[in-house]
This record gives sequence, C-alpha cells and structure tokens, in this order.
Amino acid sequence: MTDALIHTRLPDRAPPISEAGIIHWARANLFSSVPNTLMTLFSLYALYMLVPPLVNWALINANLAGTDRTGCDANEHGACWTFIKVRFNQIMYGLFYGANPDQIWRPVLAFFSLVGLIIPLFIESFNHKGKLAAFVLIVFPFIAFALIHGGWLGLPIAETSEWGGFLLTFVLASVGIVAALPLGILLALGRRSELPIVRGFSVFFIELWRGTPLITVLFMASVLLPLFFPAGVDFDKVLRALIGITLFQSAYVAEAVRGGLQAIPKGQFEAADALGLSYWKKMLFIVLPQALKISIPGIVNTFIALFKDTSLVSIIGLLDLLNMSQTASQGHEWKGYDTEAYLFAAFIFWIFCFGMSRYSKNLEESLDRGHKN
Amino acid sequence: MTDTNIEGQAVPQMPKIDKDDCCYSIDIKGLNKWYGTFHVLKDINLQVTKGERIVICGPSGSGKSTLIRCLNRLEEHQEGTIIVDNVELTNDVKNIDKVRREVGMVFQHFNLFPHLSVLENCTLAPIWVRKTPKKEAIADAMKYLERVRIPEQANKYPGQLSGGQQQRVAIARSLCMNPRIMLFDEPTSALDPEMISEVLDVMIDLANSGMTMLCVTHEMGFAKQVADRVIFMDYGEIVEEAAPEEFFNNPKHDRTQLFLSQILAH
Repeated sequence: MTDALIHTRLPDRAPPISEAGIIHWARANLFSSVPNTLMTLFSLYALYMLVPPLVNWALINANLAGTDRTGCDANEHGACWTFIKVRFNQIMYGLFYGANPDQIWRPVLAFFSLVGLIIPLFIESFNHKGKLAAFVLIVFPFIAFALIHGGWLGLPIAETSEWGGFLLTFVLASVGIVAALPLGILLALGRRSELPIVRGFSVFFIELWRGTPLITVLFMASVLLPLFFPAGVDFDKVLRALIGITLFQSAYVAEAVRGGLQAIPKGQFEAADALGLSYWKKMLFIVLPQALKISIPGIVNTFIALFKDTSLVSIIGLLDLLNMSQTASQGHEWKGYDTEAYLFAAFIFWIFCFGMSRYSKNLEESLDRGHKN
Repeated sequence: MTDTNIEGQAVPQMPKIDKDDCCYSIDIKGLNKWYGTFHVLKDINLQVTKGERIVICGPSGSGKSTLIRCLNRLEEHQEGTIIVDNVELTNDVKNIDKVRREVGMVFQHFNLFPHLSVLENCTLAPIWVRKTPKKEAIADAMKYLERVRIPEQANKYPGQLSGGQQQRVAIARSLCMNPRIMLFDEPTSALDPEMISEVLDVMIDLANSGMTMLCVTHEMGFAKQVADRVIFMDYGEIVEEAAPEEFFNNPKHDRTQLFLSQILAH
C-alpha cells in the first residue's frame, strides 16, 4: 500500500463586496426591478403626503392646556388632547372612579401589584416561579376584586356595573385569557381522546361555541340566563359576561391547541408509552410542552382577538375602553371631538395587542431548541 | 377465576404455569394480528430465555416490527397469548404498565424528546415512573451516558446531536429504567453509514453484558457476532429460525436463501 495523500482543507474567504453593504441592500430590496422601483417611489410620495400633516395635527398644533373646550375651539388645526386629559379617569377607570378620583389609587395599586408580581416570573434565576404563578393566577384575582370593588375597611363600594373603560377591558380580557387557556387545553385533549363520550362532548362543546357569535353569547348571558333563575336571584352582569367570554374563548383556544397536538409525531407518543409514562404524565411532560409551543401563534392570535372583542360588551350595557371613550365625547361638553376619543382608544388597544404579539414572538424564540420535528 | 372448596367458599385459583414456561423472558403462543382485514402476524410461536439475544430479519412488510411492538403493547394483538417477564399482556392497563417498566425500546427514528435536554430525556421516566429520587436518577443517567460514550453531551438538546449520538442517547434513556429486556426496532436504518458502527458498538457491549435482546435489523455482521438465534420472517410468519452459523451458511428455505443472497450480494 502506498502512503496516503494528506488532504489540507481550503481556508474560508469573505464574500465579495457586492454581497454586503447598504447600497447592495437598497438595490436588492427597493430597486430590483422597474415595478419595484415605481412602488418604492410611490411609497415615499405617500409618506410625504401623509406623515407631516398628521404630525402637525397630532403633535405640533395640538391643544393640551386648559380644562374646557375653549382652547380647542379656537385652534381648529390641532388635536384636542385637552379632552382626553380632562376625561382621562373616566375613560381609564369607568363611571365610579371617574366620579371619585380620590379612589383611583385602588385600581392603580391592583394593576401595579400585578405588574410587580409578574416581573419575577421572567427572571431566569428566580426559583419560586411555580408558587408565585399559582398565587398570581388563583389568589390575586380575589385580592384585586376586593380592592377594586371595596365595601370593607370603609372603602366605598364600586359596583361592577360602574366599572368601565380600560379597567373593564383589562379585567374581561385577562380573566377570559387566564380561565380559557386551561379549559381550552382540556377540550383539545378531549377532542383527541379515545373515549367516545369524552370526545363527543368536547366536539359538541367546541362546535357549539364556535358556531355562535360572541355578541349572541353575551346577549344570551345577559338577557336570557336570568329567565332561568328564580325571581330575585340576580348575579353580577360582569360575572355573566366573564363566563360567556371564557366559554366562548376556550373553544377557540381548544382548536389552536388541537393544531399543535396534531403536529406532534406519533413517535413521541410511542416513546413515552414505551417508557411506561401514564396518559397524564405523557401529556404533561412530553406532548403538551411541544404542542403548546407550536400553538403559541394561534393561541396569541385568539387572545388578541378577544382583547379587542371585549368591546362587544356594549350590547349588554357595559362600557369598555372604546365605548367609554365614545360616551365621553358625546356629551355637549366635548361634542365634535370623537376623533380624539377613538384615536386614544385605538392607541391603548394597539399597545396591548402589539405587546402580546411581540411577547409571543420572544417566547417562540426562547423555546426554540434547534430541532426540526 | 375461582374454584369452590369443600365448604362451598370461593378460593382463588393459582394461575396454571407449565413448568417449561416459568423461565422464559418472553413466551408467545399462537399470536395472530390483523390491521383491519390485513393479516399481519400469523400463528407466531416464540420463546425467549433470559439473556438470549435474538435478531429478527426479513423483507419490509413481513411483520417483524409489528411483532416486537406487540411485546410492549404499542400494538394490540387479537389472538394468542404474549407473556413478558411472567406478565400476560391483555387489556389490563396495570399489566401493560408493568411490562413497559421492564421492557426498553429503541426506535428507528430515535424518538428522543426534542424539548428536553439529553439528561432530562434520561431522567424523566425514572423520576416519574420509578419514583427514583432526582439526584439518584441523574447519577444513574450519567453512568449510562458514559456507557454509551457521550457523557459530555448531557446538557445539550437532541437537535444539536448527530444521528448516531441521538440513537446512543435513546439507548441510554431506555437503560436508565433498568429494563430486563431490550427491544430494538431497526436502530441503525435511519443513520448515515459513518454512524452505524458507533451504535452497533454500544449494542454489542450491551449484548455482552447479558441483557435479553430482541433486535429487528439488517446488520448481518451484528447478527453473526452477537445473536444466539436468527429469525427470518416473511408475510407475517416465522419462516426459519436457527443459530447464526447455521442460518447464514446453511439456510433451509428457498425464501431465506433468496433473501440472504439479495442482502449479502454486495
């Protein structure tokens, strides 16, 4: 046998200059063809036409001073943020707190305690995440309710029917989301169960709620439900809306989770079976962590939809962020400034929805384990 | 089942065990299985003694994978009895769990849990099925990862490993349950040629340690080296079973001869 040749590997070289840099990027993305170039020029023109007037109206010429409409009426070329400033409490916290500004610390305290409690859950080195999460999900809602509703230690009572604005939107959406997730997961598992009764019930339940508009659900919960209870039994309108929203939402979550469950390869179930894991352990440790990761975009999508759909509670006479903004702009005091009201509501909605969307993207990335299946 | 004694009271009847049966790790009698109307396993009889190493080969679709998947009830059988480690496999979930705890399985496509690290893959079942304390489970897992020669990968995720490494992790994961029987379902068929030998080395090492093994594989070198018996299946039947020398040098059936000539031709 002759001596083997010794193979030396070629060193890596940097790519040619034409493959990098801002000019290359612009050429590849903005001016790659005639239609693309036209599109780029048109977009630049549209931005030029739209952005400066909007900035002028919303910021440069805007009115913020004073406490009534005289300043705004005198300056028609600027937005009237004075209106939002004066009615801020009503739009954010509803009628009771709008009328009792000295009590606003209660919802504010509840909101910021919630933020403070949630922050440690995102800190890598914090060791008691499970206990804290359980506290936030199970105990905290009661504390928050007690605080915002009042009626003890001399706190004036804020009836739930007088909750409104952003406070109501946040309560409806967050409770709906938190309660619908576990229910939706159970329904998704039920729909894929081998037991015909469990499967049948899950399919029936999911299709019932998915086939009904939310507005109908809310209407039924508010108007028809009381007919089935004896006279005098009247349980809370907000609570009824919450139950309706949760059941409705759980059907959508279930379908998003089912999509994830179907994407898990059969081999994962078999490996878990072969190791002797029971059904619930198999689901909890092997299947659901993978399925939920796949379902994150779908689940967050339904959450964002729910956050916005809470506005539909106006059908049963509850005033959420949107409806409260609208109401505030309809009195004679601020008539004509509803554009500002809608923009402000849209801005708050957008911040929360965009935040959820970003968070779900981060979550997907942090859960990525570099595998393909 | 119960009998009645003289006073007419019910007394539990001892299960009848033939003397010959008592020492088998696996005892299959008259096994038949259908997928719908397709008769996939036909009158299978197979006894495996403790510590025996069996290689099952045959053309694709011959039922060899189905056969070993019946042994831990990944597949249900319709006729016949399967007794694994003195437990009969029936619809009784308790028995199925008992058998699965004692029988390890290695799959063609590894089936590692991609969201768990290598170490977590190995400790999950011992901790949650065997109730081993976590520290002990980790020490055990490291011992087996060393045995399959990849302790340094313990904190990586399966997606970061090569196919051969993943399959060795899968073997370690099964061994962490301290199984008495190991089933291998074409463990090297999905691997790049360069990685087959590292997996076979681990399997040979395991065979030499006295583990009862049933292995569906086309690695005839492995069969010659470690098998006590080679079983050839075709169309759901066991066509021929013999010791490796006999099987390779002097196959009796024409079907076996054809199969061997096809896989050993090149």
